[in-house]
Amino acid sequence: MLELKNVSFQVADEKDLEKEIIKDISLTIEDRKFIAITGPNGGGKSTLAKLIAGIYEPHSGQILYNGTDITHISITDRARLGISFAFQTPVRFKGIKVKDLIRLASGRELSISDACGYLSEVGLCAKDYIDREVDASLSGGELKRIEIAQLIARDTELSVLDEPEAGIDLWSFSNLIKVFERMRENRARTIIIISHQERILDIADEILVMRDGQVADFGKKDKILPELLKGTAGCKYYQ
Amino acid sequence: MDKVQRDLLETIADIHGVPEGAYNIRANGALGGRATTANIDIVTKKDQPGIDILIKPGTVNESVHIPVIISESGLTDMVYNDFYIGEEADVVIVAGCGIHNCGDQSSRHDGIHTFHVGRNAKVKYIEKHYGENGPDARGSNIMNPTTVVYVEEGGYIEMETTQIKGIDSTVRDTKAYLNGPGAKLVVRDKLMTHKDQHADAIFDVEMNGQDSTCDLISRAVAKDDSTQTFRASIVGNAKCSSHTECDAIIMDRARISATPEITANDLDAALIHEAAIGRIAGEQLVKLMTLGLTEEEAEQEIIAGFLK
Repeated sequence: MLELKNVSFQVADEKDLEKEIIKDISLTIEDRKFIAITGPNGGGKSTLAKLIAGIYEPHSGQILYNGTDITHISITDRARLGISFAFQTPVRFKGIKVKDLIRLASGRELSISDACGYLSEVGLCAKDYIDREVDASLSGGELKRIEIAQLIARDTELSVLDEPEAGIDLWSFSNLIKVFERMRENRARTIIIISHQERILDIADEILVMRDGQVADFGKKDKILPELLKGTAGCKYYQ
Repeated sequence: MDKVQRDLLETIADIHGVPEGAYNIRANGALGGRATTANIDIVTKKDQPGIDILIKPGTVNESVHIPVIISESGLTDMVYNDFYIGEEADVVIVAGCGIHNCGDQSSRHDGIHTFHVGRNAKVKYIEKHYGENGPDARGSNIMNPTTVVYVEEGGYIEMETTQIKGIDSTVRDTKAYLNGPGAKLVVRDKLMTHKDQHADAIFDVEMNGQDSTCDLISRAVAKDDSTQTFRASIVGNAKCSSHTECDAIIMDRARISATPEITANDLDAALIHEAAIGRIAGEQLVKLMTLGLTEEEAEQEIIAGFLK
């Protein structure tokens, strides 16, 4: 179980004034739930995901994971506790190959067929990719899928994905939805996924709407999604 | 050959025992072993230290190993090795130098390798440089390799040059003359410096042959207080294409200076140079830490990948 208690986070703006990105958020995410976080751009979704992964540290408040206070522990320690994070813009490396990242993600020496299995799950023809460098030669969509393959290889209790659909073409997106559907069907893990896509919101158990650094709404998908869609029709969503 | 020398050989040339094919091992300035084949002859020079390596035209799937090892502290060694690669040959040449310095005096190896790559010949040249010190030994390890390459029509040479570690001072000077039409040069240079080591890497490439090509990628890592300079000068004197790339990571208090120079003396010379120096990107460290690596482990993976 993941709990946030009165979590706030600020950054300095261009005038060097403190700007609050996350404003006193408290919420609880139960185990084995598929949670979608949505809301207008600039609402604090990515910041919230990075606070959970330990990439940012809150200025006040507390984050508890399975009852342990992880507010001030490192990214590494959180990863080892079982928190995974998929970047919105995957990081590129010179020289590090796809199979290296999959090996590091799995935390063990992998056979080529193991590594290929993870890539196949995200719709990549493994033999074409396993020896490719994770550099600018890969497209944004390919990198996103390799990012998700790492999450599957890590197979941790909690995975946080920051807009996995961003930069992915329609064809790849359909395949990706299938990956998420499988994750959801397994019901073994907790998934937090930031998304604007109705098809992803539609497979969530619960939807959390963030606006202006606060939780605007959080509840069962059947209750939240119709309201969101209604709002979109009248452009209220972005008001 | 003692264990120190055997270990050095393994590090610089992946040789376990006696290498296959032609070889010439130079140990502490003297001949440590030699073998020739029907197609590859190795002849000691009469006028200066060094050897001529003569590869007959049409020789394919053969290799030559010419490692140099120094395990005596204070030894200064200088060799001239000339390679004549006959037309249509396709060979692998493995060179390399390893110093084990167990004293307080400088050990130094300077080598001038000259390659004459014949028409349509294909050469893969692998060179590793490595130094180590015995316990409490303070002598510095110095290596100054000069490589001169002449490539004739349709000839191809791929040079994989690596300075692994332990070399305190080096000037790595490479000159290439792509004289024949379609001559091709590929260089993959990797360099790592530690402590207060210094390295100069110099590349001068003259592209004289019509449709000659050059692809030069240098990757360097400077740690601690070490310093490096990189200078690449590519001159296009004919219709040709060249891509040079100098990529460097600096860490700690290290300093690197890169000077790219490209000169087009022909309207159809297409020359590109890319150079980048910087510390390891913070986001790369963060990414690997989200996979459970510590910052130090992440750093090691990034450098190992970069220099792979």
